[in-house]
Formats: sequence, C-alpha cells, structure tokens
Amino acid sequence: MPETLLLISDLHVSVDGTPIIKGLSLEIMAGEVHAIMGRNGAGKSTLAYVLMGHPAYEITSGEIYYLGIPLAELEVHQRAKLGMFLSFQYPQAIPGVQVGTFLRKSVQAIRGENAPSAREFRVELNESLKKLGVEKSFLPRYVNDGFSGGEKKRLEILQMLLLKPQLAILDETDSGLDVDALRTVAEGINEIAKTAGCLIITHYQRLLNHVNPDYIHIMIDGKIVKTGEADLALVIEEKGYDWLEV
Amino acid sequence: MSKQGARDAVGEYQYGFHDPENASVRFDKGLSEQVVRDISKLKNEPQWMTDIRLKAYHHYEGRPMPDWGNSEMLNGINFDSVTYFLRSSERTENNWDDVPDDIKHTFDRLGIPEAEQKWLGGVTAQYESEAVYHSIREDLEAQGVIFLDMDSGLREYPEIVKKYFCTVVPYSDNKFSALNTAVWSGGSFIYVPKGVQVEMPVQAYFRINAKNMGQFERTLIIADEGSSINYVEGCTAPTYSTESLHSAVVELIAMKGAKIRYSTVQNWSTNVYNLVTKRGVANENATIEWIDGNIGSKLTMKYPAVILKGEGAHAEVISVAYSGEGQHQDAGTKIHHLASKTTSNILAKSISKNGGRSSYRGLVNVAPKAKNCKVNVVCDALMLDEDSRSDTYPTMEVANATCNVTHEASVSKVSGEQLFYLMTRGHSEEEAMAMIVNGFFEPFTRELPMEYAVELNRLLELEMEGAIG
Repeated sequence: MPETLLLISDLHVSVDGTPIIKGLSLEIMAGEVHAIMGRNGAGKSTLAYVLMGHPAYEITSGEIYYLGIPLAELEVHQRAKLGMFLSFQYPQAIPGVQVGTFLRKSVQAIRGENAPSAREFRVELNESLKKLGVEKSFLPRYVNDGFSGGEKKRLEILQMLLLKPQLAILDETDSGLDVDALRTVAEGINEIAKTAGCLIITHYQRLLNHVNPDYIHIMIDGKIVKTGEADLALVIEEKGYDWLEV
Repeated sequence: MSKQGARDAVGEYQYGFHDPENASVRFDKGLSEQVVRDISKLKNEPQWMTDIRLKAYHHYEGRPMPDWGNSEMLNGINFDSVTYFLRSSERTENNWDDVPDDIKHTFDRLGIPEAEQKWLGGVTAQYESEAVYHSIREDLEAQGVIFLDMDSGLREYPEIVKKYFCTVVPYSDNKFSALNTAVWSGGSFIYVPKGVQVEMPVQAYFRINAKNMGQFERTLIIADEGSSINYVEGCTAPTYSTESLHSAVVELIAMKGAKIRYSTVQNWSTNVYNLVTKRGVANENATIEWIDGNIGSKLTMKYPAVILKGEGAHAEVISVAYSGEGQHQDAGTKIHHLASKTTSNILAKSISKNGGRSSYRGLVNVAPKAKNCKVNVVCDALMLDEDSRSDTYPTMEVANATCNVTHEASVSKVSGEQLFYLMTRGHSEEEAMAMIVNGFFEPFTRELPMEYAVELNRLLELEMEGAIG
C-alpha cells in the first residue's frame, strides 16, 4: 500500500485577514508527482508557504496532515527535519554565509543521525554538483548573494538533492530559467521523484515537458477546480484558464 | 533541549567564573597621589616615569568627564571603589608550571597554553595588574624581536620606552589616557627590528579576576622599517554584581614600509567598563590595521586611531560590535590623513539585541596639504529586535578637493523571510539567527586567526540562545 504523504482537507487560509485559499483539498501519496497550475494570484504560492509554516499565513479552517501528523503542531524547522522541502520562487540571500558551509550545516540539521560523514558529504556534494552542471566555485560564494536567477534556482535544486526530502514542494522553480537550466532542474526533480512525493507549482506548461506529473490540478481563486492527468497541461497551454472559470 | 535548559547548560557568559583572590600586594581602594607614587616605587621605576605618572595624575584629577557618549553610564563609575593595583604573582614566569596553580588553572580553562603550543609566536598572560607568564619563540628572539610585558620592557629597554612612551597618545589626550598613564601596569612591549617579518601571531591575554578591579595595561609596539607583526589580544573577566574598570592605552609606531596588524576580541563580562585609547602612527608607505571586535563589557568607548603621517601610508580598520541587554558599545575610529597619497579603509559593523545599544562614532580628516588621498567608509548596523538601538555619528573633515571619499551606511533588521528560508532548511529560529549574525560579522571574522574565528562564531551562537522570545 502506498503511504499517504500529504492530506489536505477543506483548507482555508488568510493573509492579513484576506482569504486567499478558500476550501482546498488534496492528497499526495509517496512517489507521486502532482502539478498545480493556475494564474498569478490564484493562491498557489500561498499553498506552498502555508505547507512549510510561514508565520504570515493563517489557517482559518481545515486540516493538513503530513505522514499522519497534524502540521499545525510542527514548527518550520521540524517540518523540514521530517522531510518536507520547499524550493523557493525567490530564495533569500544570506550574506557572509558560504554555500558550502550552509549545505553542510543544513544536511546535518535535516538528516540528523543519518547525515553523511565529512568525506561522504564531499562525495555526495561533488556528484550533485556534476548532475546540475554547477562549478565548485559556487561553494565559497555567499548564499544567493548576487546570484543570477538561474544560479538561485540551481542552488535550490542542489539543496533538494542533498537534503533528500520525502515531500518536495517546488514553487515556480521554472520561472526565469533558460532551456538548459530548465532541463537540469527537471533532471533534479526527476531524480527526487523516484522516491519522494513532489508538488510542482507553476503557471507554465514548459517544465512539464521534462517531468511527468501523475496529476495536474488547476487552481482558480483559492480552490482546485479541475484535476486531470498530464495532458491537461497541454489543454491549458492551448486554451488558457478562462474556460474553467465559473 | 528547551530554550531555558540550553541557556542554563551553557551559562549566560562562559568566562564568568572566578578564582580565589590570592594577592601578594593589594593597594587600598581609591586613587591618590600616594597610590601613584607607590605603584612607581614598587616597580623600581626611573624618576622620569614617576614624574610622567604624577603629571598625568594631576591632569586626570582636573579633567572633567567627557560630556559626550553615554554620560549616564560614565557618571555611574565609582572611582573610589576601584582597586588600582593588585599583584597576584611575584614574578613573570616563562614556564607555565611555575605560574601559581590557581592562576595557571584559569589560563588553562581559557585555552591559552594550548593555543600557544599550536599557533602562536609568543604569549603574554596578564592577571590583574601584571603579567604572570611570558614567553616568545626562540627563533623570533634570535632575530632580535623583543616581546615583553611592559614592566619588563621599561626595566630592560628604558631608552626605547622613554623615546616613544606617550608620543602617540599623550597623557593629556583624554581623561582615561591620563588615568592610564598615572597608574599603568602590565601590557605589552614589542620591538620588531628592520626587515623582520613575524609570521606567527603573538598574543596577549588580559584577565581580571578580582572584584572592583581596575586594569590599566599599557602597550607599545614599534615595527622598524620594512618589518611586520601581527598582534592579537583577548580579554575576559568574571561576572560580578559590582563593576570593574579596564582602561588601557595602546601606542603603535610603524616605521617606513612596516606593517602592524592589531587584532582584538574583547569579551569582558558585562560588569566591566572598557574605556580604551588606541592609536598608531604610520610613516611612509607603512600600514596599520585595527581588527577590533567588541562583544562584551557594560560600556565600551574605544576609537582605534591611525595617524597617516608619511606619504603612501595606509590604514585599515575592520570592527564589529555586539550589544546585548544592558550593554552599550560606543566604538568607531579616527583617521588623520596628514600626508599625500595616504589611504584608509573603514568597515564598521554592529549588532544590537535585547535593548542593547551600538554607536558608531567616526572621524576622518584630511589635511590641506595631503593630496590625492583615498577614504572609504562603510558602516552597517543590524538590529535584531525593536527594543535595540543603533546610532551613527560619522564626521568627515576633508580640507582639499583632490581627495576621493566614499561613505556608505546602512541599518537593517533581520528579515522574517531570511529566518523562514533558513528554518525550511532544518535550522531552528535561534540557529537561523546565529547563522545570519555570524554571516553579518564574516568580513571581520575572516581576518582573525582561524582559532579566534571559530571561538567568536561559537560565542555568537551562545548569545543567540534564548534570543527568540
């Protein structure tokens, strides 16, 4: 029996008192890739943030369970330690903190007792760098400080590979990427998707040319209005979202 | 572990322990002309030194307290309750085994003998008023490098001391330089001969152990033509409910083409007033660097200065200040461009937390005849909460148009988005804060010897424990 990773039922979320998510339900099983598509402002990024526990997002009703645990009980870093990962649309710069140090500390924090030794970590790191076509000169730079859009996204995927999440949420990871970067990012996602659940948030279909989602959900005004298989993305690409609006 | 549990386990300040006070000579509390005479007599000093001390004492007596800075804290100092001289060991030893057990134990806990073996070219350890231990590597001694505590320096090289003492910082410079000159004891005396490069850092460690102690070390470093030295100082004290006073004077002289780097990690307990005058003179093509970290103390007022006296001289000041609850770090720098083609680079970073207060007070002046100088000043302040305070008082006096001056200042708060980002990578809010803080200080930390950098990062991590309410 596949395990239920994430179970969201009738979720309502407000930011500063304004309702953004208005009754959203979703179930993700281990090993499934789900894509959520929708226009800007549909509430897609809000869903990503609320799953990771951003303090500005208030759950007004509904439940979220991750591995059977009510998420509301967990702090942000505890969610991460339990295998949840968010690839940010706009990753934050942390001046003065080197990428290499940051990756090592984060791997230690998240993989805990199962974290690799210093030597094993170097091996894993080198493999991941190679997979993503990232130079080693990346490592002494400060986290996201002065990074181009593409570099930021690569660092997000690099973190995802090293942190080995059980549930990876990717928020607009495809935006601002050139074709090559898009392909390497997609390879990273495919790698993770072999074992983990993935929730890909996007408003373009182009990333979905390179990864194969099991389900596609269309989100409009804080709700999932339609769920389908991979070909639904092509319909959206062709017809847009208007036909789905009530 | 709960936040409180973690805090209990590490303690508020890990160097706050104290040892029994076993003084061999302890003067009565309070200051008088007699105390000044007695200190000089006890040390068998030449008459000229006694005379300077007395002049300085009278200047100190007549000099009003500064009317700027944190007057409330300054006026809270009870000078009558301070012990101005305390001898805890009869001799300065050059073997740790000969240092009295309780004192050796203290320095063991501070990791000094271990550091000495691993990476230092020489060590002076001062306990209360005087050095209890001193040593220098033989190879440096063989090259003619003099590294002594200041009392020994005066005894063994009176002519050098007389030539330079009070020439960079006159006793009349300010009230606390006058006080120091009157009652100074201990500190370092260094002379590096022409062309000698001292690669391994030499270190002085200052420890106050007694209650209500006044520590007044005096340091004089002379780097002769084309030589270089890297001097590191550290300092700690026990946490008492009563206050201690640390008032040092440091004078640096960098001759033609010489380079002096002076690094400080000041980590006094938060009951120590730290009122220090540090100044160097850089001659032609010489470089003076102040790498100045202020983490501890109740009130620090310290503005390491460089007088760029010779053409092509360079000053580098990289400072950080951390102010927690009840602390005020009033720090900065003064650079005087007296000659042409002189350059200065200032980077000052401060963090305020839990109502702590950080002030940057800087003065750069360029003399009318100093042409084609370059000045670069960057001040960054980081506030960790709404209760804390940061002020910047930069003064630029540029008397000619050939000078290239840049100045940037920023005040920022740790953003919730940065914390969230790091927390999604498995770091607790406290760990995330510590990471941001260490990153903010990184331009300073990377200039320190690695062992100090690691220690400083650990220190800041401890400071962040229990920081998130």
